[in-house]
Amino acid sequence: MTEVVVPAPAPVGTVDRERLRGLAFLAPALLFLLIAFVTPLVLLLGVSVAGPRGLSLDAYAKLLGADYYLRVIWNSLRLALLTTIFALAIGYPGAFALARARGLLRSVLLSSLFLPLAASVIVKAFAWTILLRSDGIVNRILLATGLVAAPIRMIFTETALIVGSVNIFLPFMILPIYAVVTQLDPRLSEAAATLGAPPVAAFLRVTAPLTVPGVIAGVALVFSLSVSAYVVPTLLIGERYPTLASTIAKAYLLAREPVFGAAAGVVLLAIALTVVTLSGSLAGREAGR
Amino acid sequence: MSARIAIAAAWICALAAMVFLLSPLLVIAAASFSPTPVFDLPLGGASLRWYARIGALDGFWPALSLSLQIALLSTALSLVLGTLAAIALARGAVPGAQAIAAALVAPLMMPGLVLGIALLQYFRAIGFNATWSALLVAHVVVTLPYVARTMIAGMARFDFTLMEAARMLGCTYPQAVRRVMIPALAPSFLVASLFSFLASFDNYPVSIFLTDVRAKTLPIKMLQYIDEAPDPTLAALSTLILLATIVLLMASDRMFGLHRMAGTGD
Repeated sequence: MTEVVVPAPAPVGTVDRERLRGLAFLAPALLFLLIAFVTPLVLLLGVSVAGPRGLSLDAYAKLLGADYYLRVIWNSLRLALLTTIFALAIGYPGAFALARARGLLRSVLLSSLFLPLAASVIVKAFAWTILLRSDGIVNRILLATGLVAAPIRMIFTETALIVGSVNIFLPFMILPIYAVVTQLDPRLSEAAATLGAPPVAAFLRVTAPLTVPGVIAGVALVFSLSVSAYVVPTLLIGERYPTLASTIAKAYLLAREPVFGAAAGVVLLAIALTVVTLSGSLAGREAGR
Repeated sequence: MSARIAIAAAWICALAAMVFLLSPLLVIAAASFSPTPVFDLPLGGASLRWYARIGALDGFWPALSLSLQIALLSTALSLVLGTLAAIALARGAVPGAQAIAAALVAPLMMPGLVLGIALLQYFRAIGFNATWSALLVAHVVVTLPYVARTMIAGMARFDFTLMEAARMLGCTYPQAVRRVMIPALAPSFLVASLFSFLASFDNYPVSIFLTDVRAKTLPIKMLQYIDEAPDPTLAALSTLILLATIVLLMASDRMFGLHRMAGTGD
């Protein structure tokens, strides 16, 4: 996702003027990011270790020492893990079907990816609160089909949280995998078949390994988005499932504990960065093969 | 045989995913016509009264106006910053181009809340307490990566000899940009603007730390309405926003095709 193609340098001769112009063109964006992105992050790191007298790791000790906050961290990780697993399970075969679709069907399938992506997260999470209420549509369908005898409690349960989260982040899994699958050379699996590989073996040994970069990108994206999700847990499960994100928001908006909030923010950032770096190096190794 | 089952399973997954992805949008649209205040499906009779009540939502118009201002302005600023940077990177005349490109896209991987509290701390520390400007700066940080990513990808495919040709034919550099580069890269500009506008317009986790009682963006107001009094007025408002988005997407699809956006967008 963060990989970017940069073409070869311009021919010699124009290089000096080009370089000057290049630096002048880059300066505004880089200066802006330095002032409005890098500096605030460094400051946040500083705040998280600020004590009454100099440096202090108290906030981190509180966060990583108390059972309650370990649970909070685990809740965030669990939400991200479950979301990623379900999104991959639905998204991987879905991306293949999407790549094979033609004509109207493809337009419809692609619209069903882009439209929810363009819709507000708050709107979608709100819709799930309507869908999953005890007198909501899902329960009415279940009752009408006789699958359940009484309405099931879904809203404010982990099921509701995961359903909503998978729903909101699924497009971020499908799109990178779809991008890789459309690049696959169909002659490869034909060659495998010609050489006598049964279809399943051809898929597992030829096609599947080629889709790994897309899977890595999708997993990293969905994991880092869902681990820091705030709106979805707030609306679909609430106080019963405290996450790092809700802890940060509480520390700043209600409790006025900026040092603790900053430390929680640094931990969340560390988790997200680990996933991104890990996926980056995995993707790099994959490309080097 | 097993291959056929696998293909059938893939199709079932895709169709199930489609229904699953679209269901919240359909439900919101259906609930907005609810005849009663409790999100009934409009089976008996549809009602438009919730649409009439959107404007009466407490603080709705200022929130909409603030969100539109910030989304449009941050998109414009990001387009300028991102396009200039993308030109520089595409010409390959600067050292460390790969690293710079990665740095420009980096804030995308940042948890929104973390960016929000970092900016809140920072603005407090330097005594910058103008809500509107603080929001704008924050939203440029949020939108710049979307623009940078799309424009860098677009510029990498742009043939810069066209610019040289234009200049040989007597165009100044800004003229060449306006008459050659911008028309050729129109799809990239459009996709970048769309992503950027939507990212800003829908942003909650960064804005929540930077707004105050007097100035709230629409997403913050909406979450507040849901908390206080969820009634179909919200569904009506959501449906209108959705409709506006559909119109926007269809207009861009007409011009450039959605499947091309799949390649340059995500």
